[in-house]
Amino acid sequence: MRMKRSMGERLFGGANAILMTGLIIVTLYPLLHVLNASLSDSGQLMAHRGLLLFPKGITMESYKLVLSNPNILSGYRNTIFIVVVGTALNLLFTILGAYTLSRKSFMLRNPIMLAIVFTMFFNGGIIPSYLLINNTLHMGNSLWALIVPGLISSYNLIIMRTSFAEISESLLESARIDGAGEMLILWRIVVPLSMPVIAVMILFYGVGHWNSWFSAILYIRDRNLFPLQLVLREILIQNSTDSMTTGATAMDKEAIGESVKYATVMVATLPILFIYPFLQKYFVKGVMIGAIKE
Amino acid sequence: MKELSNKLSLLWLNYKKNKAIYWMALPVVLYFLVFKYLPMYGVIIAFKDYSVGKGIWGSDWVGLQHFRDFFQSYYFWRILKNTLLLSFYQLLFGFPAPILLALLLNELRHEIFKRTVQTISYIPHFISIVVICGMIVDFSSRDGLFNTIIGYFGGQSSALLSDPANFRTIYTASSIWQELGFSSIIYLAALSGINPELYDAANVDGASRLRQVWHITLPGIIPMIMILLILRIGGLMEIGFEKIILLYNPNVYDTADVISTFVYRKGISESAEFSYTTAVGLFQSVINFTLLIGANRLSKAISNTKLF
Repeated sequence: MRMKRSMGERLFGGANAILMTGLIIVTLYPLLHVLNASLSDSGQLMAHRGLLLFPKGITMESYKLVLSNPNILSGYRNTIFIVVVGTALNLLFTILGAYTLSRKSFMLRNPIMLAIVFTMFFNGGIIPSYLLINNTLHMGNSLWALIVPGLISSYNLIIMRTSFAEISESLLESARIDGAGEMLILWRIVVPLSMPVIAVMILFYGVGHWNSWFSAILYIRDRNLFPLQLVLREILIQNSTDSMTTGATAMDKEAIGESVKYATVMVATLPILFIYPFLQKYFVKGVMIGAIKE
Repeated sequence: MKELSNKLSLLWLNYKKNKAIYWMALPVVLYFLVFKYLPMYGVIIAFKDYSVGKGIWGSDWVGLQHFRDFFQSYYFWRILKNTLLLSFYQLLFGFPAPILLALLLNELRHEIFKRTVQTISYIPHFISIVVICGMIVDFSSRDGLFNTIIGYFGGQSSALLSDPANFRTIYTASSIWQELGFSSIIYLAALSGINPELYDAANVDGASRLRQVWHITLPGIIPMIMILLILRIGGLMEIGFEKIILLYNPNVYDTADVISTFVYRKGISESAEFSYTTAVGLFQSVINFTLLIGANRLSKAISNTKLF
């Protein structure tokens, strides 16, 4: 039973709602701007100043240019490989770590955990890691250099371990009595019971791989191996849209280049924006578990 | 000695009983040894004149020479100041923002509206930093969105990203824009853990909403705030350099160049001064670690919350 709200409270409620609406606009407008610009006719877009609430002369021209660009296509292919293979290996290693470190009967559990947490706060830095991967392990210029060095994120490992530790010990014990080995228990009992946290991990690791570019800049020299984000960097930051605007005059090139940039942003961002709402309730939970750690 | 052998025989017994667990943990342990601890060992090249041919151990020792060179170089104060200032702004504006958002969301009575705001506010977190920086570069251009808005208020349009005076503002504001919603999740989680009976009791006592926020809501999330604050302070020198590399240009090095970007440029992209830049990186890590331990102690003394 709520008491009647006072004048002050209602005023605050109203102001709060206006503020939150403002937040929605500030968050969405830049994205809407990019979407509208990507759908606009390049000539009209160049001539336009100010806010862009609707596309100027709808055309899919720039999307056609982007989707027929060989660099974008090879970038997509490389990124998909990294996301699929990388995330699968991330899951495998994180699950193994989380399971063993959640078993109370494992005597080395605490020392190993301590050693892992230590790496969250202290690390060798960019140069020693670069030398190890490039010069010692000779992984440079291969997609594996973007996958193997990041097999486990300590933060994700802790989230998963916390979730595994909540599974009742007696359930696992009864499986053991029935003669199940650890591997069987892990894959048949623990993993199926932990699908929500595994979904979070797929999202975190997958988005991480999809968005990452820095390790590629360190290790990849061959253009055919560039992941999508590195191609994007050339187009968006270094402003080189020439490869997509061949045959146009200099003026047109600039105009087309502009809308091509926006289409590129959409092409690189839409896949993630489509999947994330479905996983939202899971990752909110994941962040919560992560927050409780020890 | 006896104790050690006792421990070892206990471990052996434990291994024989749980063989499968030990073998399952092996790849994980190997991963951390190779990719996390070997680079820590590699840090000794900071005290050597590393040459690729001689290897880490074979290279000649030079003691603290690289550190001395760094402290005396023209860059030292510039990158230290930039790192600390950018971090400080992030802390000052970026840290309270998600707390405030969580508190405001918590006061929204309309469930659907509340969930809509939340869902939308998470979106930018999932957009890649390359795309975000691409948008910033585009919006900051002479005839870009930001200049249009500045124009509405009667300002002059200019190339915003080539003026050192703007870099910190653009960096900090865009980071808040991108992470505000996602960072608030953790506080909302803490808020939902507060016992609702406390509010009922306060209502009976006639406490206003504001007093309830002050006396119930805030104290309820203080431990979470402290833990995140400790972590933030521990990473004070580790400013998100990927974003800086994407955004900066030699025009704005005066305010944008930080320790990590300096290490990347001098160590990998422009030249290969491995030992020198490892020393610079180590300097950063040591300060970070010291700050972390200091913040942890301080927090323990003040609010009895600690990370370890």
